This record gives sequence, C-alpha cells and structure tokens, in this order.
Amino acid sequence: MEFLVASAIGVLTAAGMYLVLRLRTFPVIMGMSLLTYAVNVFLFASGRLTVGAPPILGDGATYTDPLPQALVLTAIVISFGMTAVIVMIALGAYLGADDDRVDDPKPQDETPTKIEDAP
Amino acid sequence: MSLFLIVALPFFGALLPGLMNSAGRQVCAGVTFTVSLAAFIGLLTNLPAVLAGELVTARLEWIPMLGLNVTLMLDGLGFFFALLILGIGLLIILYARSYLAREDNMGEFFTYLLLFQGAMVGIVLSDNILMLLVFWELTSLSSFLLIGYWKHLPAGRQGARMALTVTGLGGLSMIGGMLILGQIVGSYDLSVILQSRDIIQASPLYLPALILILVGCFTKSAQFPFHFWLPHAMAAPTPVSAYLHSATMVKAGLFLMARMWPVLSGTPEWFVIVTTTGLVTMCLGAVISLFKHDLKALLAFSTVSQLGLITMMLGTGTAFGALVAIFHILNHATFKAALFMSAGIIDHEAHTRDIRRLGGLRKLMPVTFVITTLSALSLAGIPFLNGFLSKEMMLKEATYTVLFGSPWLVPALATFGSLFSASYCFRLIGHTFFGPVRDDYPTKPRDPPAGLWLPAAFLVVLVVAIGVAPFLAEPFVKLVTASVLRDTAEMPKADFEIWVGLVPALYMSVVAVVGGLIMLALFNPALRVWDAAPRPEAKVIFDAVIKAGVAFARGVIHRAHDGAFSRYAAIMAITVVAVGYHAWATGTLGAETRVQQLANPVQIVGWLMLVAATLGLVLFHRNRLLALILIGIVGLVVSAAFVFFSAPDLAMTQLTVEVVTIILLLLALNFLPNRTPIESTVLLRTRDGAIAVMTGLAAMALSYHYLLRGTVSPSISEFHLANSYKGGGGTNVVNVILVDFRGFDTYGEIIVLGIAALIIYALTETLLSGPVRARLLNRKPDQPRAGNMHPMMMVVMTRVIMPIVMMVGFYIFLRGHNEPGGGFIAGLIVSIGVVMQYMASGFAWTSARLRYPYHGVIGAGVLIAGLTGIGSWFFAKPFLTSDFTYVRIPPFEKFELATAALFDLGVFLAVVGAVMLSLESFSRLARRAHVPDAEHPMDIDPSRDIPDPKKLEA
Repeated sequence: MEFLVASAIGVLTAAGMYLVLRLRTFPVIMGMSLLTYAVNVFLFASGRLTVGAPPILGDGATYTDPLPQALVLTAIVISFGMTAVIVMIALGAYLGADDDRVDDPKPQDETPTKIEDAP
Repeated sequence: MSLFLIVALPFFGALLPGLMNSAGRQVCAGVTFTVSLAAFIGLLTNLPAVLAGELVTARLEWIPMLGLNVTLMLDGLGFFFALLILGIGLLIILYARSYLAREDNMGEFFTYLLLFQGAMVGIVLSDNILMLLVFWELTSLSSFLLIGYWKHLPAGRQGARMALTVTGLGGLSMIGGMLILGQIVGSYDLSVILQSRDIIQASPLYLPALILILVGCFTKSAQFPFHFWLPHAMAAPTPVSAYLHSATMVKAGLFLMARMWPVLSGTPEWFVIVTTTGLVTMCLGAVISLFKHDLKALLAFSTVSQLGLITMMLGTGTAFGALVAIFHILNHATFKAALFMSAGIIDHEAHTRDIRRLGGLRKLMPVTFVITTLSALSLAGIPFLNGFLSKEMMLKEATYTVLFGSPWLVPALATFGSLFSASYCFRLIGHTFFGPVRDDYPTKPRDPPAGLWLPAAFLVVLVVAIGVAPFLAEPFVKLVTASVLRDTAEMPKADFEIWVGLVPALYMSVVAVVGGLIMLALFNPALRVWDAAPRPEAKVIFDAVIKAGVAFARGVIHRAHDGAFSRYAAIMAITVVAVGYHAWATGTLGAETRVQQLANPVQIVGWLMLVAATLGLVLFHRNRLLALILIGIVGLVVSAAFVFFSAPDLAMTQLTVEVVTIILLLLALNFLPNRTPIESTVLLRTRDGAIAVMTGLAAMALSYHYLLRGTVSPSISEFHLANSYKGGGGTNVVNVILVDFRGFDTYGEIIVLGIAALIIYALTETLLSGPVRARLLNRKPDQPRAGNMHPMMMVVMTRVIMPIVMMVGFYIFLRGHNEPGGGFIAGLIVSIGVVMQYMASGFAWTSARLRYPYHGVIGAGVLIAGLTGIGSWFFAKPFLTSDFTYVRIPPFEKFELATAALFDLGVFLAVVGAVMLSLESFSRLARRAHVPDAEHPMDIDPSRDIPDPKKLEA
C-alpha cells in the first residue's frame, strides 16, 4: 500500500512537472493542479498511512495523526484560491494580448530604460 | 510627559496636515505647529529630572528573543538634541508657513516634516541600538521626501536620490557596525553598551565595528569623502535646508559619535580616523565654500566645513574636545539655521540666490541685513557672538593635538580652515549687502513679512545672548557634556569666557580674521585661479559609479532573467532534485520501522485509475476539455484515497473544492482556445520528459522511504489528541486543531483566501475597464451555443435543491466540531449551491437576488473570526483562546456552545465570499462577452447560430 501511494505521488509529480514545462498557459495550470494534488498527498502521507482510524475521538484506542490533515485541509482550500488567481492572470494576459504563451520574448539590451533625469 | 508620547506625537501628528489640507494653509500650519509644540512641551516637562542628573527611561518589551525592545532614554545629550530638533522645528514651521508658495502642497510638506521630526527625536531618545537604526533609516527616507519635495525640479529629484543613496548606504554600514557591537557586548541596549568600554575596545572586532559605524556617521554628517550629497540636497525648499542641514539630519552623525564616545573613543584608531576626517572636511569645505556663488551652496559647504570642525573635536578624544563639540553644535545650530533662513528670505524677495547678481541689499532689506550679518559674523568668529567662543576653544584644543607626530599640523590646518571660514562669511556679507544698490535684480527686494524674519531673529537673539553672556549656556553645555563623557573622563575645568588672555588660540583667531579680510580683498584673482584649476566633480563621479552599477545589474539580470519561464521552472526542478540527491547520497538512511501494509483489489483499481487518468492527461493535454475531465478523475481518486486513509474531512474538502475548481476552469476555458497547438520540438519534449521523470522518481523515492519509517521525534499530535476534547470541547480533532489549537493559522489562511478573491476581482475590474472590454463585447463564440440558455429542467431542479443544499451546509457546519465537517466544507457546499443558481438561471437573475456583495461577506467573515479572537482579551486570555460550555434546552439533547463555533462561522463566511467572488468575477467577463442576458430565466436565445427551418424549406 505504501508503494502504491508513493508511486501515485511520483506519477502525479512527474505529470505535473511535464505539463508545467509546456509553453501555453492552460497546460501549465493543469500541471500546477497535478502538482498540488501531489504535494497535498505528500504532506498528508507525512502522518503515515492508517486505515480505519479517523481522528474522531470515540471508542477507538488508536487514531491517525490529525495534524497533517488539518494542514492539508487549509492547503486544499488555499490552492483553490491560488489556482483561481493564476487562471485569472492567464486569462487577463490572453485577452489583453491575444496570446497565451508562457515565455516572454527576449528582453532587448539595446534600449536601456532611462534612469537619469536630464540635467 | 512619557518619552513614548514625545516620540509618537510627530508620527501620529503627521496624519493631520494631510487631512487638514483642504481646511486652508493657516489651519494646516497651525495643526503642525500644535503637534510640535505639544512634543516640545512634553520634552520640557522632563527638564527638571534631566537637570537633576536623572536618567528618564521608558521601556516596552517587543521581541525580547531578538533583543529588540522599545526602550527610550533621556539624558542630557538626548535632551539637548531633542531640544534642538523640536525647538528649531517650531521656528521652521513658522518660517515655512510664510515661505511656501500658494501652489505648493502644504499638507504634504508638513506631513514629511513631522515624519522627519519624529524619526530624529526617535534617534536621540532610543536606548536600543536596533531601534535607533530603524529611526536612522527613517530619517534617510523622510529626508528623501523632503529634499525631493519640489518634484518638478530635476535638481530636486537628483539631489534627493543622491542623499538617499549616500546616507542609505551609510545606514547599511551602520547596521553592520551596530550588530557587531551588539554581538561583542551581548546586548543591544545602549545603557549596557555604554558601560562596556573595556570589553569593546579589547575585542578583535573593535576596528571593523568602529569603521562601519563611522562610515554611517560620516555619510550622514557629510564628512569627506561623502560630503558631496549635502550641497546637492540644497535643491530642497529653504525651510528644509535650514532644518535638515543646520540642526537635525547632518547632526545625527555627530550625535551618534557623541553617544558612542564613551565606548569607542580614546583609541589611536578613533583618534586618527575621526580627527583626520574632520580636519580634511573642515579645510576642504571652507575653501570650496569661498568660491561658491549660490548663497545656499556657500552655506552648504560652510556646513560641511563646520561639521568637520565638530567631528575633529570629537576625534581628539579628550573631555575638553567633547565639551567644545557640544558647545559648537549648539552655536552652529543657532547661527546656521538663521543664515539658511536669511538665504531663503533673499531668494524669496530678490528671486535669485546668486551672489554675483546681488549687492547693496543693506539699504533695501535692513532687517535681513542685521540678521544675516550677526549670524555670519558669529560663524566667522567675531567676539561677542557665540561662534567666537566655541571657535576659540576649538583653536585652543587644536594647539594641544598632535597628529601624525606633528604638533604643528592640527593648529596650522585649524587656523587655515578658520581663515577661509572668516573669508566666506565676509564675502557673504560684503557681496550681498554692501556695495551700490543695483537696478537689475530679478525683482525689487524688500524686507519680508514678519513670519519670515521673526524665526531667524529669534535665533540671532540667542547668538548674541550666548556671545555676550556665555555663562548662560555654560551649565547646560556642561550638563550635556557630562552625559557624553559618562564616567570615562573628568569634566574639564574650563570656564566659558570671552577674554581668556593672550594665549596662542587668540593669536590664531586674529590671524584667521585678518587673513580672511585679506583673502576677500584678493577674491577676484583667487577666483580666477580656482576656476582655472582642475578638480574632480563629485556629481560626475557619483553618476558614473551609479551608471556602472546599473549596467552591471542589468547585464546580470538580463542574462539570468530572460523571460523564459519554462526554463526557470526546469532549472528549479533540476536544482531541487540535485540537492535532494546530494542529501540522500551523503546522509545516512535509518532502518525501516514500519511494515508495508497489504493493498486490496479496490485500492489497486483506484491506483490504476489515477495513473491512467494522469498519463491520459499528459498524452491528451492538447484537447483542453478532455484534460479537464481527466483531471476531475484524478481529483475523485484522491478524495477516495483520503476517505480510505482515515481522513473524512479532507475527502469532503477535496470533493467540494474539485467541483468549484472544475467550474472555474470551465469558465476560463470559455475564453481560451480549445486546443493547445504543438510548438515544442521533439528534443524539447524529450528533455522535459526526462526532467519530469526525474522529479517524479525523486518524489516517489522520498515518500516511499519515509512511509516505511516512523517519525524521528515524537509528533505533537499526541497533545492534540489528548486535549482536543478536554481543552477544545470537540471530538473531531482536525476541526479542533483548525479552529482552536492553530486558530491563528486558520485566521491567516482565510485572510489569504479573501485577498486572493479580491485580487481576482480587481483584475477583472481592470480588464473590464481597459481595451479588453471592447474585444470582449465584439467577441463571437467559437462554437454554436445552445438555443435554450437556461434549460427548464435545470432551473427547476436547482431551485428545488437549493434549500436542501443550504440545510446540508448548515448541518455540516454544526456537526463540524465533533464529526467530519466544519466551516471550510460547509462554506464550499453552500457556494456550490449558489453557483448552481448562476449556472441554471443566469447571471442577471441571480445577482438581482443577491442581498449582500461578496466582498462584504469576506469582510464579515474575517471580522467575525477576528472579533472572536479579540473577545478572549476581555477575559485576560491570549488572542483566540476558546471557551465552551454545554447547554440543554428541554426538548433537545444536550449540545455544546463554543466560541470556536463563532470562529468557524467566520471561516465559513470567508470561504463562501471568496469562492463566490472568484467565480462571479469570471462570469462577469463572460457576461460582457455575450448579449446581455435577460431578466427572465427561461428565454430562448435569438442569436443562436442554427439554421432557420423556414429558410431551409424555401
């Protein structure tokens, strides 16, 4: 079971990384989402895997580690906020420039910006 | 008055002038004056204690772990400087009221002035060197604003930037020095440091600390070779020059040298560095000053020279030298402020400050003439004026100072400097006021209204009073000197007397004055020599250095930061993996302590689904809609995994977030192209694939290894499990952690979420108000849309379902403390319910029924959570301490009332607000893009793009 979870984290990370390296915004957003899953599961797994012992106090004698769960819960919600902001930025860039490429054109060294006022 | 209040008053007062700006200039200046006056009176209330030799202190622990406390202390030295800062500040405010033109924004000016005043007072009253550094930097910043106040003048902007660069860099050096000093002593409290002379001077780090601190002081006090910023700062309005460069900013460096005098001075290093710098600065400043034609430039270099004199006196390291320094600081503040004000008056009235265009003003401006002459003569060192006394004492001290083994060097150079000082003072008086009255002044000068000359006249009264009756100032100056010396040296016996007998100092003084007169007579030939002589121009060098720095930075940045974001991501991924590999290769791996648990077929199927969906996503990511569906599968499998691994809360959260995320991405996809074109080469894709596989393997290896090993140290989770019910009153430990144990984190997180939603809202607003709006309005959907925009089935369904969704949300919220659920999940569920209304019935219909704007909902949530936290203060508990009790209302079972539930309500509202605001912002874009949707929810869209049956028949 540990192997399954670890390999799932690995597959999610690899796929996420591959998509993050693409050149258009939408695949990058998809890749970030996959990385988010990977990171959340990774953090969650730092409490080690326990089956059938949710951290709800009751008759049970053992409970799984509640702390990573609390951390990951807020992480899931925050990652929604983050995804939404990135999507909005990507959308704004696309609507503004009619282009959804991720990379900037090369900066031009020939035209330095003005730094000194004319005396 | 408490010292805290004295420091805080100008800062808080700085809010007022801006607010009062519209109430008129008189009110604006009046408010500023009142604030300063209150601080001034507050300072004076501490006078009896200071006179009695007590140390007034005020202490507030701030970050004791870092040694950062708000500690203030008032001794003689601090009182003296605070008196100068606040007292001259009052005069400057009066002066500025009359000086500033109608088109100058007075509120802005006085705001900057008060900020600066507060920062200066902060420096001189700080008892903690870290605090002192903060105030030190604040003076650099606020003086930048003041010097650049006339933003329309390029000279003003350049001068301000130069001052900020030089004093800011000095400030950095000072931080380094102070930190070393704090490390040597083991405390950042000045009172402790000042008693650790032996430790500090014995330390091998003494010299670096000394040099770093002195660089800070020298840049601030415009000592050679950092003197060049001061003349360029003269582009500021004259009240600023008079304030900053007579009594305050440039004296901050001197103050610090005087403050550190007991622990840093007395060593050969101190003596050589400080005395030499002071001496060179004094002579250089005086010589340049003589050949300046701009009145303010002349005074600026004169200030540089006089600061050099004081520095030199502090450098001697003798008690008498310190006494002279303090006395001269007082005298210089009085006559130099008066001189700057006079220069401003002349500029204000004649509209020029160029000495070559002036002359003969004696008859036109008699009042200004008297003020300027008396203060200039004091500066020149003429008897019966205060400058004479301190200059005489300076020369006396110089005769006892042996530098580089030569007893003649210091006295000779001191006399040389004094000679040129006298000379430029005579030139200032002679060439401005004497000579024939001219008829080509830019405007006809006359004496200004009293508002302009009264402050200067007040200072001149002091100049004469101290000059005639030095015994008036003696006790005070000695009190201040005593607090400089502390217990390191005896107070010198010297009396302040006008006639001290025929001593060498008197001869030197006579030589200086007579020589100054001769120099003035020879001025024209001397000027020709001066103009012909080549000399380095500080501004050119400074600009060249800055330019080289900018070119270097640009070269580095453009090479490293070329805008290829995917390349950055690749580099980062490789680096992280490489570092991880290094750690793995060099570290040791503990033995496995856990056994691999067996997987059942359901899990294997889930795993297969996840892997298949993920790989499919990679393969088919160019078809964007398909990609969305596949990522949905991934999310579902992850949610299911959470259920299986004992995390019901996480599963519920993941599931609900999944829904809103997909809706969000669908909304975005509405505008983005449906397909991703193939752009990258096979080689590039192979490279990316390799990087991806590498990171994937690394992540897998890391998780696999730790999953089979226990935690290194016991987890704090045991505490949470043990105290969740006892202390937090809930059995759902995850929820109790969120709303109670780590409530502060959660509070921060809902704020972050709210900010993210507001960013999205702001971006939407920006897009809709810019050129994008027109494009959206003209945009044609790239695919035929459904004829029925709001299908009846869906409308009916969502309306019926809405109350049920709300009830489920409410239920999930209430049970959250004991069972899986809580504010986060309830918020997401309710959001989904509302989003369904938008989807089914349209934007207009839904928002018309919206009672509260979502920003308000976010704000209310954060506010409720915050107030819940603050509530615990009233029971003398730390922020967010929760309390709970059990209540039984007869027909119901016993239930729990907890403040944590109130906090959770805040979380709930913030989540609802944030999610809805984000989604709504996206759909606002969509709404602009299409034909405005009708109020009626179930209309037929006439613009649909389907063939008309009648036409087909025809």
